[in-house]
Amino acid sequence: MTPAIEIQQVHKRFGAVQALCGIDLEVAQGEFFGLLGPNGAGKTTLINILAGLARADSGSVRVLGHDVVTAYRESRRALGVVPQELVFDPFFSVRETLRLQSGYFGLKRNDAWIDEVMHHLDLTGKADANMRSLSGGMKRRVLVAQALVHKPPVIVLDEPTAGVDVELRQGLWGFVRGLNRDGHTIVLTTHYLEEAEALCARIAMLKQGRIVALDTTSNLMNRRDSLYLRLRLSGAALPAALAARSRDSRDATHTLRLRSYTEVEGVLAQVREAGAQIEELELLQPDLEDVFVQIMHDAKG
Amino acid sequence: MSGFGTLFYKELLRFWKVAFQTVAAPVLTTLLYLLIFSHVMQGRAPVYGEVPYAAFLVPGLVMMAVLQNAFANSSSSLIQSKVTGNIIFVLLPPLSHWDFFAAYVLASVVRGIVVGAGVLVVSLGFVGLSFEHPLWIIAFALCGSAILGTLGLVAGIWAEKFDQVAAFQSFLIMPLTFLSGVFYSIHSLPEFWQDLSRFNPFFYMIDGFRYGFFGVSDINPAYSLAVALANLLVFTAVTLALLKRGYKLRH
Repeated sequence: MTPAIEIQQVHKRFGAVQALCGIDLEVAQGEFFGLLGPNGAGKTTLINILAGLARADSGSVRVLGHDVVTAYRESRRALGVVPQELVFDPFFSVRETLRLQSGYFGLKRNDAWIDEVMHHLDLTGKADANMRSLSGGMKRRVLVAQALVHKPPVIVLDEPTAGVDVELRQGLWGFVRGLNRDGHTIVLTTHYLEEAEALCARIAMLKQGRIVALDTTSNLMNRRDSLYLRLRLSGAALPAALAARSRDSRDATHTLRLRSYTEVEGVLAQVREAGAQIEELELLQPDLEDVFVQIMHDAKG
Repeated sequence: MSGFGTLFYKELLRFWKVAFQTVAAPVLTTLLYLLIFSHVMQGRAPVYGEVPYAAFLVPGLVMMAVLQNAFANSSSSLIQSKVTGNIIFVLLPPLSHWDFFAAYVLASVVRGIVVGAGVLVVSLGFVGLSFEHPLWIIAFALCGSAILGTLGLVAGIWAEKFDQVAAFQSFLIMPLTFLSGVFYSIHSLPEFWQDLSRFNPFFYMIDGFRYGFFGVSDINPAYSLAVALANLLVFTAVTLALLKRGYKLRH
């Protein structure tokens, strides 16, 4: 099956800065893909090249098999982009904005779909309100609606929940998950690792224009030892047998590596046998942040 | 192609929504020029024989309104979109550089003609005019507004700040319009300045436009139209090339 997105050997330089150096990436149809990386890593540049807002210096990019430069009409029709900044046209209302957006894509009578999208994004009440009068959260929802007017099979969201309140974030997550279930390919860039962990099946990590990690989310999580048990002891020192497990030990607080939950009982038994009392106990769940930080650190230099 | 149709419609809607600022205000300003200059200059500036100065002035002012407003429409629309960032809504869809060009320029033509017509209609309340060759009037109005709409598009593409568009307008467009025979016949100028005026493309547009009213002009109207059309072709070609390359729009 044609990949939703095919990026081959893309290079892009802005003046003295090499924004992207040799990016190779493929996103399959129906995937929920995450693009992670610190600021300046090149995520937005890559998205801009995908959308035709920027042009790569070399390499090729295809959306559903259509080259974004030579077959731009087909590629742009297949792509919906939700930009990072809250941009809007102050002359128009929500409905006018969505109607215009539909028209740009050649869709004349799109009102039924527009009403449906507005309903799903809870915008119906503000349909005839001027864009200027909307709150930030609503403007963001309009941006999502604008990206969907032409029912694109591939949707890219550039930091969609940056600065968004919890309720709206949950709402957007639910909405985007629904789109993915309906068969849309989703590409998400985010700084919220919790978000990438919750939504994305596969993740690419970008640093200074290069891909430093590309794997399924579960594989990435397994890269680090799964579980940590943090204990603050009193009465006795940590038994020597457990010293090998220790990731770090400060004063009486020890962070111990576990391979699975079943090891917890054994460790606690050893501690008790050594005569120590447990003052504090915490089970540390692994998260993508650990992996991310580790990979970014390893990729330095 | 429906994409072009929508972009054209949006550009029209954009200026129509603020018609006070985009249509009514220029009409009033031009009317003020008419009232003041005709009062001051009557009998002092030789124009065309028996044509009274006020009558001579009106076509020039109408054309000036047409040219300046056509320029303002495309340049202001584009720079506003770029600075606020909502240009991306027009760059993301599958619009070709032809669609883009045609929509912005045609909307500028409409704005130019609407304002020009407004000035003309209001002026008729103060000054009697003849319409000797109406087809020439229409031809030059269309050609002139198209040229300035295209120039406005170039200015909007090139500029990165409002300041730069204003500079384009103040240091290029305005001097060229004011020094193109709107307020005087170039025959009243010394030889050197007369010759220099012939290098001003706006001069041909205004001269030809005036011919449509009085049947009298400094230059043969067919020649003027040829010059205007040649200018239009060159500017169009340059603009289409810039749009195709994505100069300053697609980095």
